[in-house]
Amino acid sequence: MRIDCCYCGPRGHEEFVYLGDATVERPNGDPNEPRDEAARQRWVDYVYLRDNPAGAHRELWHHVCGCRAWLVVTRNSVTHAILRVEAARDVALARGLSPNPR
Amino acid sequence: MSDQTSSSHRPKPPQFSRAGQSALVEARGQIDSGPARRRQSNRLPTGGLIERAQTLTFTFDGQLYAGHPGDTLASAMLANGVHLVGRSFKYHRPRGILTAGPEEPNALVELREGARREPNTRATTAELYDGLIAASQNRWPSLRCDLMAINSLFAPIMSAGFYYKTFMWPAAFWEKVYEPMIRRAAGLGRAAGDADPDTYEKANLHCDVLVIGGGAAGLMAALAAGRTGLRVVLCEQDFRLGGRLIADNRVLNDRSSADWVAQMAAELAALPDVRILLRSTVFGVYDHGTYAALERVNDHVAVPPEYEPRQRLWRIHARRCVLAAGAIERPLVFGDNDRPGVMLAGAVRTYLNRYAVAPGRRAVVFSTSDETAATVSDLARAGIAIAAVIDARGTVPPGIEVAARVAGARLIAGGAIVRALGRARVRAVAVRTATGATEQIGCDLVCVCGGWTPSIHLASHLGGRPVWNDRLAAFIPAGLPDGMAVAGAANGQLALADALAAGAAVGLEAAHQCGASGQPAEVPATDGESTVNTALWRVRSARGKAFVDLQNDVTDEDVALAGHEGFRAVEHLKRYTTLGMATDQGKTSNITGLALMAEFTAKPIAQTGSTTFRPPFTPVAIGALAGSHRGKEFRPSRLPPSHSWACQRGAHFVEAGQWLRAQFFPQPGETDWLSSHNREVRTVRSRVGLCDVSTLGKIDVQGADAAEFLDRVYTSSWKALAIGKARYGLMLREDGMVLDDGTIARLAAGRYVVTTTTANAAKVLAHMELCAQWLWPELDVQLSSVTDTWAQFALAGPLARHVLSKVVDGQHAISDAAFPYLAAGQLTVMGGLPARLFRISYSGELAYEIAVPAGYGETVWRHMMESGREFGIEPYGTEALGSMRIEKGHVAGNEINGQTTARDLGLGRMLSGAKDFVGRAMAQRPGLMAADRPRLVGLKPVNRQDRLRAGAHFIRADAKPSGREDEGYMTSVAFSPTLDHWVGLGLLVRGPERHGERVHACDPVRGGNVAVEVCHPVFYDPAGERLRG
Repeated sequence: MRIDCCYCGPRGHEEFVYLGDATVERPNGDPNEPRDEAARQRWVDYVYLRDNPAGAHRELWHHVCGCRAWLVVTRNSVTHAILRVEAARDVALARGLSPNPR
Repeated sequence: MSDQTSSSHRPKPPQFSRAGQSALVEARGQIDSGPARRRQSNRLPTGGLIERAQTLTFTFDGQLYAGHPGDTLASAMLANGVHLVGRSFKYHRPRGILTAGPEEPNALVELREGARREPNTRATTAELYDGLIAASQNRWPSLRCDLMAINSLFAPIMSAGFYYKTFMWPAAFWEKVYEPMIRRAAGLGRAAGDADPDTYEKANLHCDVLVIGGGAAGLMAALAAGRTGLRVVLCEQDFRLGGRLIADNRVLNDRSSADWVAQMAAELAALPDVRILLRSTVFGVYDHGTYAALERVNDHVAVPPEYEPRQRLWRIHARRCVLAAGAIERPLVFGDNDRPGVMLAGAVRTYLNRYAVAPGRRAVVFSTSDETAATVSDLARAGIAIAAVIDARGTVPPGIEVAARVAGARLIAGGAIVRALGRARVRAVAVRTATGATEQIGCDLVCVCGGWTPSIHLASHLGGRPVWNDRLAAFIPAGLPDGMAVAGAANGQLALADALAAGAAVGLEAAHQCGASGQPAEVPATDGESTVNTALWRVRSARGKAFVDLQNDVTDEDVALAGHEGFRAVEHLKRYTTLGMATDQGKTSNITGLALMAEFTAKPIAQTGSTTFRPPFTPVAIGALAGSHRGKEFRPSRLPPSHSWACQRGAHFVEAGQWLRAQFFPQPGETDWLSSHNREVRTVRSRVGLCDVSTLGKIDVQGADAAEFLDRVYTSSWKALAIGKARYGLMLREDGMVLDDGTIARLAAGRYVVTTTTANAAKVLAHMELCAQWLWPELDVQLSSVTDTWAQFALAGPLARHVLSKVVDGQHAISDAAFPYLAAGQLTVMGGLPARLFRISYSGELAYEIAVPAGYGETVWRHMMESGREFGIEPYGTEALGSMRIEKGHVAGNEINGQTTARDLGLGRMLSGAKDFVGRAMAQRPGLMAADRPRLVGLKPVNRQDRLRAGAHFIRADAKPSGREDEGYMTSVAFSPTLDHWVGLGLLVRGPERHGERVHACDPVRGGNVAVEVCHPVFYDPAGERLRG
């Protein structure tokens, strides 16, 4: 498998480490959030629950033996075709500011 | 840690056994003097692609033979009249040579001797070299007299699933009695057992077009793509290009096919960007145009030349690929069709034309294919008598009739061989003619052809499902991997003219897809042929055993039995009967097996489907996959800066992750690690010691938002940390468990340097990078690993400052007032060398950690040891380091084990309530806050002489030991020379509430229960007075 790193170009998969689903979003990190069931469920969803789609899937890869950028790779989990590679930082910035108040 | 393996990769001189070598020497004399040359009694007087001028000698089962360069072991054995090569897997039946290529199921030998012995080598692909030593397999005591052949007598009960059914009871017998017995009786060759003395290497190759197979289609494809100027790689598994063109006697553009191949090879070699890899099998196809190929660089010599590998594993990255892997001929299924002398017709032609070897003197041809005409012509030209040409089809095409008439051979149309007769060699066949009458025909060679199966394996490695083609009675590729196209026989284009045209077209198309332009290559004119075949899956009412899969001894009856017992799906059929397993993966048998199952279940083959093809296409040695990654090259040791000093000092070392760390430094008179360790602890507690802690991970954190970033990654707050101060920090995983700990020092407003534990350095950096790039990209923070940039030493003990004052340059004040506990600063040492100083203590004593650029590490270490001599300084290793941290109740990897929370470890107060941080929310889960979670305590033996052991489980003093009563376990223990008894840390249910209670530490595996007293985890200087002042 080869991944076209946005910074390094196409590289063998052995340079990368896979983390997983890039579609989950970290919940609001307000330390004063109420400790109710809804809040707990948001965190459980974020930490543990993952979809396992057959087809296009956005996932996080780390170019650990290269530029050390985290990447959002859109990969077809059936064919392994890689449809898109983006820098995780760019995706995160485009997503809007993180929920953490500064 | 033994280092014995590392020396073993260097090439060593050849290792023939003494007996083998002297036999070789003796026999060479014999051969040179004549008789052995006469032994090549089946060598044809002319022809073949062999160098007759040079004679090579080899042994098979200790017997000396001669051959020529250009031979395979199989062709040389046949030239010497050796047909009996091995014994079969299950029934120990005598077996010979069936094929002339990598699909060979029978002719497997042990090649070479000693550490180089390689089992299950196909004689049909092993290239002959001078001094080759081969031995037959799976026979005892000898090939001709194999006592295990008694298995044949039990054949009626040794059907498919026999092992599963028979050896069920008693269950306890399986492991001790049945399995070893079966493994001894049924098997193939023996592994060498010694470390392989040869080297293997891996390499990458990038190209535009990869052509797999150097036969007619592959040569044309490579030429078409190569002429466009693209980078083309042509892989051919054989040591010679040509495929069937050098095996068959064909005419192309009015010249012999072998000449045409030579001309093509020359033209390809002249193209600057065409690379031809001979002896190179592409064995796997992977995603995104990645292919694995094994190049047998030096399998054709006894011992690789110095500095050369035996084999090379290529990872080929190709934009386009042309699969031109050809086809594999199918045997026919009839009674005792496994007798030596029964050979594939195409293989017989290969031996006749390419190797100038006559595999027999009197042949019978049995076929369902029009290609029989070529077989008959080639046999006749070689002067081999043809006793009969049997065509299973009622109507025989004129081409065969003519060929048979010219050869003076009797033609039996609509007939079939029902049984081969003979044991170690076929001596006759029983033939049923069209009228139903049976007669015997004497022969010593049976040429069989049941049609050809396209080699579609590589086309299916990524999951493509091949489709059934009725005309060919075979599967052809479909659902090809991206970038792959198929040409020639692999695509069902069996006729030479079709293969050449397809190769040229597909090769050019691949070049076009790479953006190159070029003209179609002219396709040479060929002599006419017919490849029509009518499948005959078995000869019914056959006597004897009719083998479908020769390598696994699977008969048509076994397939029928599997169907009868419900194992009808192709994958079930394979596993139940073992059809298509082992080294040949059913290359000659799969289709027939599937067809028979379809017949027995009355389903079309198209519906029966095919089993899954997976890499490797042919067996690949583990050594080739490992390449140079053996021993220390597999897992190199990282060496801290003081390593060579520690070696000189006679230190004992221990592996800590990848690091090799000094464990303790024995002194004369010390007989065990404990006495060295005790002295080192006492030295630190009473005077001063030095320990190399360079292995700790170090991360430089810089940026305007560095403090905010650390606030979110660590549990406590860092904004208030003053410049020039350090503090202990804890980080969690998002699920609330502790991830790691370390110290964070603030060097400037936007600059921190943090340490991680040795083991977690890489994991923590990756985690922090994820946080910076993905969770909070808006923060201005940069991370850099500086683990290898800085050497860092812990100087600990009441006299530490005395030593330090001799190292630090005079202008820097290091008095307690100027540089108090938890101070951190940048200064110079040894007259201007930049350094970082941290007043932090792991041992609990007055202590500093001093960091210097790694290149100066050893110099500074030596200087510090020298400076400390007057104060009685001694080095201390990881044993003393660990014991002192246990005396101080510090948690380490044994406690931060991925299952503990900060609260479990008594660090709950470090969880800030004023901010968010990774793991904050989940750490508050009710389950992790439960009162009865095991939490950190100290343990000391009630009887102070008792030794504690890590891993012992805690049981209430009044309870009977059982899993149900388990209340936690001992995580770390140490002998405390300070307290003069063992101390331990452990996780105990409600532990902090139970100080003073006595429980049992139960260790049933190593024996004994020890009564222990629960106490506060800090055993030594709980007020922390020693590290201040």
